[in-house]
Amino acid sequence: MAGKVKWVTDIEKSVLINNFEKRGWIQVSDTEDWNFYWMSVQTIRTVFSVDTGYRLTDEQMVNHFPNHYELTRKDLMIKNIKRYRKEMEKEGSPLAEKDENGKYLYLDFVPVTFMLPADYNLFLWRSSGRIKKWSRDSRTSTFMAASSGKEAYVISLYIDNPLLIGGKKFDLRLYVLVTTYRPLKCYMYKLGFCRFCTVKYTPSTSELDNMFVHLTNVAIQKHGDDYNHVHGGKWTVSNLRLYLESTRGREVTGRLFDQIHWIMVQSLKAVAPVMNNDKHCFECYGYDIIIDDRLKPWLIEVNASPSLTSSTANDRILKYNLMNDTLNIVTPNGEIPDCRWNRSPPREALGNYQVLYDEEQAQSESAERDLRSRSGQSLGPRGARANTLRPGPANTLRPALANTLRPAPATWK
Amino acid sequence: MRKAFPELGMMSCQLGIDDHTHIPADLFETEHVRIGKRVVSEQDSAAAQQYSRQGCPTGLRADLWALILNSTNEPEDVMHYEQLKSAVIIHDLLVDSLIYKDVKLTASNDDYYFVFEDYLYQVLLCFSRDTAVLEHFSYNSATPSKSHIHDKEGVEDHALVYPPNGVIPFHGFSLYVAPLCFLYNEPPRLYMVFREMYVRYFFRLHSISSSPSGIVSLCLQFEKLLQTHLPQLFYHLREIGAQPLRIAFKWMVRAFSGYLATDQLLLLWDRILGYDSLEIVPALAAAVFAFRAENLMEVMSLAAAAAEAVLADLSTLKVMPLLQIFLFATAI
Repeated sequence: MAGKVKWVTDIEKSVLINNFEKRGWIQVSDTEDWNFYWMSVQTIRTVFSVDTGYRLTDEQMVNHFPNHYELTRKDLMIKNIKRYRKEMEKEGSPLAEKDENGKYLYLDFVPVTFMLPADYNLFLWRSSGRIKKWSRDSRTSTFMAASSGKEAYVISLYIDNPLLIGGKKFDLRLYVLVTTYRPLKCYMYKLGFCRFCTVKYTPSTSELDNMFVHLTNVAIQKHGDDYNHVHGGKWTVSNLRLYLESTRGREVTGRLFDQIHWIMVQSLKAVAPVMNNDKHCFECYGYDIIIDDRLKPWLIEVNASPSLTSSTANDRILKYNLMNDTLNIVTPNGEIPDCRWNRSPPREALGNYQVLYDEEQAQSESAERDLRSRSGQSLGPRGARANTLRPGPANTLRPALANTLRPAPATWK
Repeated sequence: MRKAFPELGMMSCQLGIDDHTHIPADLFETEHVRIGKRVVSEQDSAAAQQYSRQGCPTGLRADLWALILNSTNEPEDVMHYEQLKSAVIIHDLLVDSLIYKDVKLTASNDDYYFVFEDYLYQVLLCFSRDTAVLEHFSYNSATPSKSHIHDKEGVEDHALVYPPNGVIPFHGFSLYVAPLCFLYNEPPRLYMVFREMYVRYFFRLHSISSSPSGIVSLCLQFEKLLQTHLPQLFYHLREIGAQPLRIAFKWMVRAFSGYLATDQLLLLWDRILGYDSLEIVPALAAAVFAFRAENLMEVMSLAAAAAEAVLADLSTLKVMPLLQIFLFATAI
């Protein structure tokens, strides 16, 4: 006879509210006793701040980690990835292997980025005429302002050879749910989407002034002439997959998606050590990825508060289901949350999520393997196959993730 | 029908059924892909056609179709296409507006095909100017569209074929091209494959002829199939004034393009190429009715509109199981 879950939100979006209501949860205000608070990033700052913060009870859960910005602020994300790479190198980990040009083989997935003013001279020298404009902005994927007391700006070089489909530039939005950072448990939503530019891509610099050419975010395209309310300029990831398999081949497409999964896991591993792994927290991130014409994916940005606004009917359904599946995982059986929950959702509860990486499981399997080999037993079918990623191309990633000290280089070369 | 499509039987494996994620790949898929790769490397057109009857793997489909259609990518073809492109730039045709309108109304609003808008314009504008298309009129009962010089109407000598390819595009025409954009990302190749598909198959869908693959025949086949296999449904729909053919016609004219999910559509078109015939199309149309028979039987009033509503959304249908069950598991 547990009570009903009491929820609060400061984000008035129907895809959220409908999900709460369909579970029979009760809406309360933030001053009352609440169990589940879906908050904006501003609010999470208050909850965990030194002055205004308060302790959360065991029966309270929130949808952000206190210092999510280690991942979601571009300058910090890059800082953490660089640090992670150096650590791997120091450890002599094969992950940090470099090619003959000094480029990381497996950890080179963020486009060259400069942090101003520190990298100002370096930036000038490198760009020498390629990039003329940059600006402070909120939602674009390639330019972002990061102010941190002292003025600092982040500039990324455009990927100048993006993969074009139908002559159009696009980026990929994928969702990743993290329920704990240590051990790392993350889930990728199978139904992401591509956001297309309405206008055909032309690499000449004059076109850079044309907002519609490069800024693919829907928020901006909504006001453009060609915005369409049926499809919203969005494609499903399955369409992308069909197109790539048909035009480029199945194996390279499989490798592309493996690499995307890899990027997600590595980026999370990079920030895991510095994350405040508060047990009251989970987070659903929006990963922005661009694919270049050699089918290499690049991580542009991770969003802590992916938009829950819907531009089309399909969009609304997707985001509704995303919220539904997320809530099913973090509040098992729709009951009053317990922050000490085991974070091991059964397969049936995943919905459209698939396990991206489960560090706990990987560690226990690795231990089991060691035990077996020491006692002379053969591995058997269970050893190599677990129920994480789906069978198929994703399988090639498993051996890499199960033992992060031994990636499967053959997958990429 | 069973004799016509033996490879679709329950005893043989198919892509679209036996490549489902729950089925271990070793049972059929892996071997099928291996054979496919050999067919492509040996450039065996006849083998490709036979192979296609069990479905083409996504990674090989583009090459297999090109092989079946004998569509090469020789320099002459590319040059021909470039010439057509310059013809587009040099002069406008009135039909260009039809093409523009068609694309804007159909493909641009489609979840799958909106991305390829520009390619569709390119291909169709070139297609209108391609006099090579006129050759197909030698086996088409129809005649190329003509226009007459103003004051000499009725005088055949002064009739000009217009547009140059003799084909006036209509609403939905771009949907013949759209699915191919998923397979070919280079416009010249896309164009060549489309043109070949058109002069072999698509033209029959909008020309009156006595060919068994012609639209008239297909309509007849559809009605016969429905009447034979689902007499109750057929009678019921007639009673409530909902003509089955009325609904199925628009699917068949487009060979289901724009109605099915693209991956399913491509599986259907695999069989069109594999059997070198459009007869699979009315079979699918009848199969869809069979699948929705229960719901259709419940439609009582507001007849046509309600029946249409039941059949409006085909986007979630799995084509091969539907066909297989209808052709091989339905009692006559």
